[in-house]
Amino acid sequence: MSMKSASRNPLSILKSHLHAACAATALLLATGAQAADLNALIWCDHSDPALLQPFEEANNVKVNVKEFEGTGAGLAIVEQSQPGDWDVMVIDSIDVPRGVEKGLFEPLPEDKLPLADLFPEVKMDGSTVVSGKRYGITEKFGYNTIGYNKTKVDPADMQSMAALTGDKYKGKVAIYDYYLPVIGMAALAIGKKTADLTEADLPAIKAELLKMKANAKLVGEVTASQTALATGEVDILVGGGEWVTAGLAKENPALDFSIPKEGAVLWSQSLAMFKDSKNKDMALKFIQYIMSPEGQARLATSSCYWGMPANTKAALTDDQKKILRFDEQPGFLARAQAYPAPNADLDKKMQDMWTEMLQAK
Amino acid sequence: MSSADNNGRALPRAGRALPRAGRALPWALVTPALGWTLLFFVLPFIAMGFSSLTAHEGGGFTLTNYSQFFTNPSYWQAMVNSLQVTAIVTVVSVLLAYPFAWILAEQVPERWQRLALMLAVLPFWTSYVVRSYSWLLVLAQNGVINRALIGSGLFSEPVQLANTRFATVTGFVHFFVMLLTLTIFANLKQLSPSYRKAAADLGAGPVRTFLHVVLPLTLPGIMVGAFLTFVLCIGDYITPQILGGNNELLMPQLVMMQIGRRGDFPLASALSIILMAVVTIAYLACARWLKIERA
Repeated sequence: MSMKSASRNPLSILKSHLHAACAATALLLATGAQAADLNALIWCDHSDPALLQPFEEANNVKVNVKEFEGTGAGLAIVEQSQPGDWDVMVIDSIDVPRGVEKGLFEPLPEDKLPLADLFPEVKMDGSTVVSGKRYGITEKFGYNTIGYNKTKVDPADMQSMAALTGDKYKGKVAIYDYYLPVIGMAALAIGKKTADLTEADLPAIKAELLKMKANAKLVGEVTASQTALATGEVDILVGGGEWVTAGLAKENPALDFSIPKEGAVLWSQSLAMFKDSKNKDMALKFIQYIMSPEGQARLATSSCYWGMPANTKAALTDDQKKILRFDEQPGFLARAQAYPAPNADLDKKMQDMWTEMLQAK
Repeated sequence: MSSADNNGRALPRAGRALPRAGRALPWALVTPALGWTLLFFVLPFIAMGFSSLTAHEGGGFTLTNYSQFFTNPSYWQAMVNSLQVTAIVTVVSVLLAYPFAWILAEQVPERWQRLALMLAVLPFWTSYVVRSYSWLLVLAQNGVINRALIGSGLFSEPVQLANTRFATVTGFVHFFVMLLTLTIFANLKQLSPSYRKAAADLGAGPVRTFLHVVLPLTLPGIMVGAFLTFVLCIGDYITPQILGGNNELLMPQLVMMQIGRRGDFPLASALSIILMAVVTIAYLACARWLKIERA
């Protein structure tokens, strides 16, 4: 349904007014926003003061951030806001076209961005460039794969996803509670390509998920799954990767991750600028800062979670590169597949399947 | 409306004005409370009702959000899980809180009761989230209970206590026993000693006196506490999310999933209204005991 026909519906009018009022109030209350501020809709890694402070001081600007998880939730926040409320957004690279389709994003000037320095595999032009215009730039990436404690499990077993559904590690497994990457892993386990998933594949994927669930002690969001692995509550995290193990490497060097023979799911986050931003110059400066070698190093080692910087020239120390397994990336990238990118209908079916998995005894 | 006194004589103008002012005063006093309720309960509820009848994509009128609940077994299961957990928590909390309240009211000397009651509700003063995470430390594989079980030789392997329904129920019961203790204690203290004396005079022993006199008279306190437990427990998101390990979903978790994952406010609204309907049914079932004045 078009925006015009939706706007004639009285329910929609009431709903949109209520949502807009709530969102505007929340933004004002939460941030005390001023016209000169930069309002960023971000993932938690961008809220690290160590990342934001140098930019704020250098540009004499306050960056107001609002965290969200998942593109659906992020786009819902935007829909409930007034045009111009937000300047930049972090979004899954594969979901950039969703934002473009909704008319949210502004094309980015390629000549002012360090595109040549990015790992070629994560530029993801198929998603970040729409109709010949670049709307997103990949800033950070990593893998949803098998995270494990190498003192508790046999690392050789972690080279196959069969270990996740076999009896050997029953009750020693946690599942990361995010449906897309874990569904992607289940697809890889049964030999499907993440880019080609259709509704017809769901029954087989569901069967694989239920086998994983039968072995799992818990299904947890970022903090819960990280804590479970770090404290020894479980020895394996399905969907884990460097984003879990790297940040804990100093405290718990036994934590590691593998890219099994079936492959891994590549997560990749991009930055986009809003078309209705009232502060486009500052928004571009922010994107340029995040993509700079210094910004990339700070983002890669954010206190919320670590991940690989998209820029090969990120100013990481040797220790940080070692923890992130920087030099092994070409091999990892060759075996990784992108997140599943379902349309709205398939996405709903995948979420319902995920709910069924959570409810399964 | 009469403007005459009891003997039919006309009242002076000033005399008629006084009752009118008297009638206006109660309304003036309750207006802030009514306004508050209207602004922060009735209007949001109406908005939620509208939202629940709106399609997520497109915004047109639809009943799909409600029909999904009845046709999707996972959603229905969330309600079953919520009702089961809430029923277990309510019953266990009452069974633990009653003797506790009785000991406080009957066995603890009057001068120590205030201190004992304060100690009993001390956990109320800590954050809800912190309290739930503390239980996770107690129930975890390397937690206090498992260490004690293995250390005592009763078990050779850790028992899974955390990330289960048992953990969720434990977290809830810890909180609601305090709440129920307060309501039952207040009820026991209001009970005149004359009732027990009369029962004893008539030959009833302590057990019979308790079963036929004390328990029926304290039933309103139990029901008020049980209803509060039901309402707060069935709508709680934090405890099952932290302690349940997402091994089963309760209704509040399902509601939050719709908002957090898909931004589907209409479906979340419909699920919330269904949850409120269940609470209303529970209220109606307990209504006779929830009156403020006692018969």
